[in-house]
Amino acid sequence: MSKLSRRKLITTGIAATAGASGLVVAAKLARRYGLVPPDSGGIYGPGETLTYAAQRVLTRHSLAREFSRSQISAKPFANEVAPMGDEFERHKQSAFTDWRLSVDGLVARPSSFSLAELKSFPRRRHITMIQCEEGWSYIAEWTGVPLSHVLERVGALPQVRYVIYRSFQPDWWESIDMADALHPQTLLTHEMNGGELPVGFGGPLRLRVTRQLGYKSLKYVTQLTLTDNIKQFGKGLGSAEPEGGYAWYAGA
Amino acid sequence: MAETPHPRHSGLVRVTHWLITFAFLALLVTGLEIVVSHPRFYWGETGNVNTAPLFKIPIPSSRNMVPTGYGYVLPDQNGWSRYLHFQSAWVLVLVALLYGVASLWNGHFRRNLLPSLSDVSPKRLATSIIEHLRLKRPGPEEAWSYNILQRLAYLLVIFVLFPMIIWTGLAMSPSFVSAVPSAVNVLGGQQSARTLHFFLTWALVLFLLVHVFMIFLAGFRSRMRAMITGRAPGRGPEPGPEPLERV
Repeated sequence: MSKLSRRKLITTGIAATAGASGLVVAAKLARRYGLVPPDSGGIYGPGETLTYAAQRVLTRHSLAREFSRSQISAKPFANEVAPMGDEFERHKQSAFTDWRLSVDGLVARPSSFSLAELKSFPRRRHITMIQCEEGWSYIAEWTGVPLSHVLERVGALPQVRYVIYRSFQPDWWESIDMADALHPQTLLTHEMNGGELPVGFGGPLRLRVTRQLGYKSLKYVTQLTLTDNIKQFGKGLGSAEPEGGYAWYAGA
Repeated sequence: MAETPHPRHSGLVRVTHWLITFAFLALLVTGLEIVVSHPRFYWGETGNVNTAPLFKIPIPSSRNMVPTGYGYVLPDQNGWSRYLHFQSAWVLVLVALLYGVASLWNGHFRRNLLPSLSDVSPKRLATSIIEHLRLKRPGPEEAWSYNILQRLAYLLVIFVLFPMIIWTGLAMSPSFVSAVPSAVNVLGGQQSARTLHFFLTWALVLFLLVHVFMIFLAGFRSRMRAMITGRAPGRGPEPGPEPLERV
């Protein structure tokens, strides 16, 4: 073995050791600063973790683009949902007067709000784009109460790391981290384009998460659960989507 | 160790070449799989089945709400396709960065890819184009260096097509553009970014097809061996005053 290749071997060895220990340190730091998504296991874990970590570092406080009124889509589109059943029909007949949003988990005051109460809370509106992972999109004006306001009202405990939200459709549940939960554009929406939020678009209550793909903006929200341990829900992947093979984090 | 003065392609070029090849193929397959869920393209900010498309691809879709004219729906493969697409994109971007920085540093771009001034004359270019069109087999001198068209094609792929396809990909990310809105605004909108991303894919596929065809024309075994093991027929030029490796 020549002198050069021995030297090369040693340098490569040192570089490899440094690289490996660098990875270990990076993984520890990432966990500590909440940069690892719940679905980080499995073969696609490294890519998901890189995407989520990079975007959390880059976009923690950034606002989704807002558009002018003239850019609102004349013909928005909503994917069909499965038949909602008799109970939903009864809600619909009574104009959702009995619709309630319950809030539980790590809160000082577990609560339940009627739709009328939610509508009486401070409102924010924004004209933003909703993008489906399939590739289509539309722009609409969304009006609702900021999720952060509801979290403040129920006394969210400081150790909360995720907000889980459930749909009236029993198998649909989602979760977001605090960067999105406390984000000023994250609204419990009850109006779209100045009118009642249509059922096809998630009415009476849809959580709009503006910096992620459409499937994080869950329709027919009935329950919020605040937690510091996302792993204990469902299969421990953070939401129903990864259980069906889709990424938990949909900032893309 | 055998007497090898220096390899045709450096170890870094060989390793990054194949990593990028595999990442690109994974991106291509998963990208087309994602397109199948909505094989319609638009220009501007938004588009959906209620709006007129710029064009559609006449294939069946994996989602039942897209009017395709076919009476059936393909199986939905978007979940793993999206996971693998983004994971491969990370591999491609990180490996390309390593290749790019190293090649600037060690002079690979300047030495092997930048055409000499005398080569970019219209006459030389015309000669090379005619030789290519006649499918003339390259001579032995080309076993150790790239011809002018090859250099220009590689520079186009490295400095235009790949940066553009990464950019248009990022411009579709709702989270990325919340931090860098101009990334999508200058393209004319999110759907424009998606359409451009699709066209850039075909530009890269065209490059891949021509590239592979040229490998066959030049001699599949010798060119593949050069890119896998680094060995090539004949002896390459001496490394010259520029040391190949900085130790």
